[in-house]
Amino acid sequence: MSEELIQRVIRVIATSQRIPAENISLESTFEELKIDSLAGIEILFALESEFDIDIPDEAVHSIKGIRGMVEGVASLLAVKQSAGAPAPSGA
Amino acid sequence: MARRVAVTGMGIVSAIGNGIEAFRESLFAGRSGIGPLTAVGEGVVKFPNAAEVRGFDPLAHFEERLAAMLDRFTQFALVTAREAVRDSGLEFDEALRQRTAIVTGSCVGGQTTEDLGFRDYYAQGQSRFHPLTIPKTMANAGASYISMEFGITGPAWTVSTACSSANHAIGQAFWMVRNGQTDLAIAGGSEAPFSPGLLKAWEALRVVSPDTCRPFCRDRKGMILGEGAGALILEPLDAARARGARIYAELVGFGMSADAHHITQPSAAGCARAMAEAIRDAGAAAEAFQYINAHGTGTAANDPTETEAIRLLFAGHADRLAVSSTKSMHGHALGAAGALEAVATVMAVAAQTAPPTANFTEPDPACDLDVVPNRSRTLDIEFALSNSFAFGGLNAVLAFRRIA
Repeated sequence: MSEELIQRVIRVIATSQRIPAENISLESTFEELKIDSLAGIEILFALESEFDIDIPDEAVHSIKGIRGMVEGVASLLAVKQSAGAPAPSGA
Repeated sequence: MARRVAVTGMGIVSAIGNGIEAFRESLFAGRSGIGPLTAVGEGVVKFPNAAEVRGFDPLAHFEERLAAMLDRFTQFALVTAREAVRDSGLEFDEALRQRTAIVTGSCVGGQTTEDLGFRDYYAQGQSRFHPLTIPKTMANAGASYISMEFGITGPAWTVSTACSSANHAIGQAFWMVRNGQTDLAIAGGSEAPFSPGLLKAWEALRVVSPDTCRPFCRDRKGMILGEGAGALILEPLDAARARGARIYAELVGFGMSADAHHITQPSAAGCARAMAEAIRDAGAAAEAFQYINAHGTGTAANDPTETEAIRLLFAGHADRLAVSSTKSMHGHALGAAGALEAVATVMAVAAQTAPPTANFTEPDPACDLDVVPNRSRTLDIEFALSNSFAFGGLNAVLAFRRIA
């Protein structure tokens, strides 16, 4: 998990939910950030666009905070890169 | 002038049968109509299954010219209204035509027609729309064609409250007949939501199951989209008896509430209030009920919330209720869901048999009700509820009673 990836995920969440990025840390939970399941789906949508990845539906219920979200994105990016896909475009 | 209201005719088109005989057989056999989604090409959406209406040939019901003028959801509405009228044995005269109401429910109306038009415009570069796009798309097309078919000139309208549409429609029609505003009503709902555009929108909401619909199960993975229509003939009980009609059941109560809570998450308090209102409207005690046809979508959010609502309202009596979700068989037909489930509930009351929750695997402790797993059960049912809890928190519940 690079610092760059963490910041990029936080930026996507901040933009999607209209909350200041400085209020979000790696240890924030969705509950603390008042992100409910519908908002969670919006975030998954934004992350899929940002990183050109396909996030499974189960993530809606299994991921409870920012750390889980960053780890999930990192593992999907690793799968994508090992499959020989082009690297994601920078934000 | 409060009159008692009888259900004297029914019609249905669904994934578990077109026509009431086929539907009844599947319903009590616990046979699911969920199968591969064929309305759109493979891979258009991630979820592979749906509860599609099979073997429905529009040309078996309509002349070619008329069939082309009707979106699939209107075809369903008209076919079920015809079956219900035929089933009731009613014959319309001019006075009755003026004193009959038509109330239909639909969530998305003729959006399949609309989606095709939009595709041709945006993707195929066609500059013109088919001139029937607007009349085919409007959500009241079903009510309008039913009125024209039978020459009915009384009050007619369409209700759109997402997954509660049909229950709101049937409930309002019931009140009109009960209050003497009309002497008959044709009420129900219809839906045909399987266009690529709408299916993609459902996919984005991440609530559709990747396999099947397992309401109240620990391993449930979401809802299964369905289509179809249901229609009920509602008639004053005295009039039905006077003409010697076959009476399936009595419609005795209708309750509504708004959660005022969240656009997609249900609230147990709101669901419980709609059930309480239906029971109050029926003039019955909660302990008089034996069966509930649950909203039971099979989503993570609905099933435990509905369980909590039932426990909140019925307290200790909740453990003596049979509560099943027939969506496990006919899928979630959105604006038609309440109509399919009203037909199922009337059949349950008439047959003194609780239909099962099909596809049941293992119980979820958060849904600890008697959900009649997999096999229908003979049951002494005097009173039954049919629940609809819509996105947007708009709830509508019907109460039926065995005919004495």
